Parts: sequence; structure tokens; C-alpha cells
Amino acid sequence: MRKPVIATASLAGCFGCHMSILDIDEKILDLIELVDFHKSPITDIKKFGRKCDIGLIEGGCCNSENVHVLRDFRKNCKILVSVGECAVMGGLPALRNGIPVAECLEEAYLNGPTVHENTERILPNDDELPMILDKVYPCHEIVKIDYFLPGCPPRAELIWEALIGLIQGKEIKIPYEAFKYD
Amino acid sequence: MKASVQKVLDRYKSDPTRLMDILIDTQSEVGYVPDAAVAQIARSLGISRVDVEQTLSFYHFFNRKPAGEFQVYLNNSVVAEMYGRRKVTEAFEEAAGCRFGQVSDDGLIGLYDTSCIGMNDQEPAALINNVVFTRLTPFRVREIIRDIKAGKKVEDLVVEGAGDGENAGKLVRSMVQNNIRKIGPVLDPEYIPGEALKKITRLTPEQVIQEIKLSNIRGRGGAGFPTGLKWEFCRKAQGIQKYILCNADEGEPGTFKDRVILTELPRLLFEGMAVAGYAVGATEGILYVRYEYRYLQRHLENVLAETRKKKLLGKKIMGKEGFDFDIRIQFGAGAYICGEESALIESAEGKRGEPRDRPPFPVESGYLGCPTVVNNVETLCSAVKIILNGGEWYKSFGTKDSTGTKVLSVSGDCKYPGIYEVEWGFSVNDILDMTGADEPQAVQVGGPSGTLIGPDEFDRILCYSDLATGGSLIIIGKQRDLLKDVVMNFTDFFVEESCGSCVPCRSMTVLFRQKLQKILDGHGVKQDIEDMIAWGPTMKINRCGLGQTAVNPILSSIKNFRHLYEDRIRKDRSFDGGFDLQAAVAESCWAVHRKPLTEENDHE
Repeated sequence: MRKPVIATASLAGCFGCHMSILDIDEKILDLIELVDFHKSPITDIKKFGRKCDIGLIEGGCCNSENVHVLRDFRKNCKILVSVGECAVMGGLPALRNGIPVAECLEEAYLNGPTVHENTERILPNDDELPMILDKVYPCHEIVKIDYFLPGCPPRAELIWEALIGLIQGKEIKIPYEAFKYD
Repeated sequence: MKASVQKVLDRYKSDPTRLMDILIDTQSEVGYVPDAAVAQIARSLGISRVDVEQTLSFYHFFNRKPAGEFQVYLNNSVVAEMYGRRKVTEAFEEAAGCRFGQVSDDGLIGLYDTSCIGMNDQEPAALINNVVFTRLTPFRVREIIRDIKAGKKVEDLVVEGAGDGENAGKLVRSMVQNNIRKIGPVLDPEYIPGEALKKITRLTPEQVIQEIKLSNIRGRGGAGFPTGLKWEFCRKAQGIQKYILCNADEGEPGTFKDRVILTELPRLLFEGMAVAGYAVGATEGILYVRYEYRYLQRHLENVLAETRKKKLLGKKIMGKEGFDFDIRIQFGAGAYICGEESALIESAEGKRGEPRDRPPFPVESGYLGCPTVVNNVETLCSAVKIILNGGEWYKSFGTKDSTGTKVLSVSGDCKYPGIYEVEWGFSVNDILDMTGADEPQAVQVGGPSGTLIGPDEFDRILCYSDLATGGSLIIIGKQRDLLKDVVMNFTDFFVEESCGSCVPCRSMTVLFRQKLQKILDGHGVKQDIEDMIAWGPTMKINRCGLGQTAVNPILSSIKNFRHLYEDRIRKDRSFDGGFDLQAAVAESCWAVHRKPLTEENDHE
């Protein structure tokens, strides 16, 4: 049987959820026996070269690039999983959602207490840069998400059990304590 | 300012449980409650500043900044919208020169939205510095603002004359109409104060409770707990001091029956509270009235004083040794949740109106931790008639499980909105005929937290075992967009009025609202309807009855009007997040002077 293929991405996240994947410790050896990793920071593959079975998304969408990556994942993955608080609900980056974008930009680049060098008062606007969204969106408001793993980050065993469940097509039994919402 | 705040503090003997009154009076004196006053109040009451601030910030009629010399609170209930609120809003904004939620540049006029102010039978209505203005039109709005700018006093702005009955009395002088369309045993104007009190002095408290139990009357606020049982529990509860609280915080949109009873029959209500006091052994009563009815304050205080003078309240009532009972009036400050009995108690103690965990129930540990009966206005009024005529007599009205009568507040698309006292057992059709509702599409029974029913259910019966109701019936005509005009309005109401204690009530209401908006915007899919149905039971986790019913407008309309949802959803796809990248980047591109890239020439 062909090994299932996994892709992962970190959007508006802190890579903490990816670290939590690594936190499965020596089981990582079992994991690479069970699956192949395709596009992922783990493999450093940048573009989808094949269809994948499972996509793990860390982080919500704060800019146009996040949206494109997420849509690309939806196109190329059979199953898409929101991993962690930011992907599920926007998380810490979404704290800006109550503040107008213009104000955020001014605080970051013009008026913030740590801004010293920007004497020409430039707000980044190069076409190469992604465009900032009006607010941070959870992934399921952009594309259809099949499963959600809560936590900041989700515990390693939760990620492990969920992956095994998806690979083997079995319902997983996760102890209540493994679910943490913060 | 310091001196006037001190005067207020002295008036309430710096009692922290009277914080609500202290803040209300401070605001009356100063116009708002500045930070300096907060500090002064905290010091004087011996509590921390945040204790003052958390009460202050909870109620929406309290202001922490200058909010305009004339504060216009325009009701935004469904019925106000039906009767042309939008045009009235525009007229206010144009004439005052500021938007809703703002104060005009000269600080003269502040415009604010507010939830139902209990005038659903005479909408659109507004409170301006606590004076009620009903049936507003753009023309009247322009006149009112012109007169405000010309320096008139708020009392002089009313040119319509006074309403009927006590509304015309010199202590009320309000243009509010009672619109009493049908009277029964409770609203019967042939009532002589003191008869019931005279009668109970010959009875033991147990006999009084027995008579109430015999009548089978159940609480008229909506939950329908047997009143006799509640009184008995409280009578048997341990405690030297006990309290009778009357809930006159009718905040359920579309309910205004208590307003009419408070206007026309306050003596009946006070007698009912004294009867309850005698039955449970309480010597103190509190009438908790919603802030919106402050225009009745002088009238109510006056009737209280007169009742005391007649020895129907105070020490040795009816000359009976040991029968002491007196009442004080407590005003709220704008919070729907305070209609929930434990939230009402918290508020009467000067705190945020957040419901308590139960048990213990108020009959064991209520106001200030003492055994407390909380009864609806109508329940207490009915109790007087039960004492006068007997429980058996009362049972001759209504049905077997729902005895007696119910005072209904009917509003919406009908010819004769107003107050109807009917026996339990009437069908919705009967009510529709009575009120002249020609082309009803739906009826909201029991207010937004109740049930939305369609024509195939109009033969259902108003009673506790079929369609229970606290008394609000809103009739929605064929011409209305049920989801957009009605369900969305109700959902906004619950988002606004959640006290925030329980997560599902605070957050799920917002998520439900987003889903409904998505469907209204044409981005809904079948899954959205399924999601909402699946999420519904989560609301049962909420602590209080109001939170548990906060998404009923949506759930009940999905159940009874599913086709309205099906008609609006997209059938050609299984997912639609409603996300529009172009729209989402517009603001940031504008801010950095950048041309938004379209999908086609995007580098991705």
C-alpha cells in the first residue's frame, strides 16, 4: 500500500504547532515509516508537486499570501486539518481585529515606541509584499476545513493520535485531558 | 461636584448595597459619572474602585463621559423598525448633526440606540432625558431637535398632551397611552385598596399560602413556577430577615404589561407585595423597576407615601401586631438580564446584574443572602384577587394546568395593539381576531426568547403545557422579511444584552449572528443550517434561562420556517466562506497607498 502523503504549513502562526509535532519525540521515527512528507517546512519543499492526503495548517490568515497558500492546500489535500488556536480561531494575531488596519500599520511603522529609523515615514507598500487583510481570519472562514485540533499548541499526543486515526481511518480515543484550549 | 456627590452618598448613608442608587443620583446631578466621582464613591463606601467601575460599566444608561445635555435613546426593537424607525433615525442624525452613538459637537445632543423600552404598542419611541416620546415621525423629530436647540426644557418638548388614565396625572404627565383593550380580574379598575389586607389579618400566614396554592397560580414572568410553593419554601427557610422582591424589569422586547399595571394599579401591586410579606414572614419589599420607566418614579413614590399614610404599609398594618411591611423602589440602569431573578437580586445589591449559580435558590439565599421571594408584578396583583375571592374562584378561569388569566402585551402588525387580559386557553387565532391582525405571516410568542410560529400553528393554545408565555405577542405581517427584519433584530438584541458570564451566551450568539448574516448575504450553504441546529444544545450550558434561550429566534425559525433559509442558501456548492479577498485587502492597500493586485495579475 502506498504511504499516505502529508503536507504542512504555518500561516499566521508562531511555528509552535510545528514544534509540537516534533514533540512526539522518538515516535517521529514511527511516523516517517507510516507517511511521506511533501510540501512542508520539514522537507523545505516549496510547491505542490503531487496530491496529498492530509494537510496540516498552523495559523490563521492575516495577509493575501496566507490566503493563497491555504487555497492551494485545499486544492491539493484530500483532508485539511486546522491545527491549533490560531488556525481554529485566529489566536493571538487576531487581537488586532478590533483595531483598524491603518492604525495598526501606523503603530508598527510610525508611532511605536521602538520606531527610530523610519525618518521618511514609509509604510511598506512594495508589490512584492503580501497585502494585509482587514482582520485575521480563522482558516474555516476561507476554505472548508475537515477537522480541528484545539490547543496552543495542541499537545503532541493529540496530534499523533489524530494523525494515526486519519491514516488508519479509525475513530480516535483521546482522553479528555489531552484537549486544551489554551 | 465633590459636594453634590457627597450629598448623594449621605442620602444613602454610604451603604455599598445602594450603589445603583448612588450612581443613578450622581449621574442625575453631574450628567455623567466622572472618574473623580468613582474614586470618591469608592472611598466613601469602603470598596475598591473596580467594584464601582464594574457596576458602572455594566449598565448601558450609565455614562462615564459627558454624553450630551439631551440624551436621546431611540428604541431599536422589531416593532419600532416596522413602524418607520429608519426614517426617524435619519431625521435625528440630520437634525442633530451627529450619528447614533455620538454627541453633537456643541455637546448638546447625544444619540443612542437602546433595546425595547416597553412602548411596543406606540412605536417608534424614544427616551429623551427620561421623558418618553412615542409615535415619532421625521417631522416630530425635526421639531424636537429645533426646540432643544432653541433652549427649551425637555418637559416643554412634549406637545402631544398627555395619555389616558394616570398618564395624564400631574406626577406623570406623559404622552404614553395605556391601550387597555380587554380587562379581566387583574386589570379590573373596581378595586378597593386594603380589602385583601383586612382579610388576611384574620388568617394565619399558612392559610394565606394555602389559598394561593389552591388557586394553582404560576409565576407570570414566563418561567411559570407555582407561586404558592415558592412562598411556602421561603416561609419555611431559615432566616430572621426575609424579603419580597417584585420584578418590574420587563425587558423582553414586546412586553409592556407591567408598565400599564404600574401606571394604573400600583396600589394593587403594593398590596400584593404586603400579602406576600405576611405569608412568608418578610418585613421588607423591594420593587425593582427598569430604568426606562423612571418617568413613573414620582407617581410610584407618591402612591407609596399615600399607602403608608393609610396604614396599608408600615408598622402594624391594619392594626395587627407584628404585621410590619414596607417597600422601597429600586431602579435598574438598563440591562435586559436583570429580569432574571438572581441577576435582579445582584443588581438590587448594587452589583453587576450577573445571574447566580443555583442552588441555592433565592427562597433560601436571595437578597443579601436572606430568604427571598421574587415575583412578577402580575403574579402579585393576581394574589390580591385570589385572597379576595378565593382560590376556587380563581380556578374557574383558564384551563386545568393553567388557571386564571394572563395579561398579554400585543404589538406588531395589527389594528389594535395594546394590553389584553385573557383567560389561559385562548388560541393564537383568537388573539389575532381580537387584535385585528389581517394578514399575519408569523407570531412571536413570549418575546424573542420564546417561539416563532407560523399559520399552521395558530390554533395552538396559550397555556403552560402548550404555548407558555410571559405575555409578549408580536404579530408579523406578510409584508415583512422574517429573517432579515425580525430574526436578525432579535439576534442582535441577544448579542447586545448578554451579561458575558457564560461563554456560549457571549460567543455563540455572535457566531450564530455571523451565520445568519452569511445566509442573508447570499453566501449560505446547507452546512450552515446544519451547523446552527447542531450548536443549539450547547446553549443549554448557560447559567440562566435567558442565556439558554438566546438563540431561540434562529432555532425556532429554522424549525418552523425552514423554507426561508433553504430559499436563500446556495445549492450549487457545499462550502462558501463568504470571504472576498479583494474586499479584505482594500483597507490596508488604501492605508499604504498601494494599488490592490487583482487575482489575475497577482504574482502568486
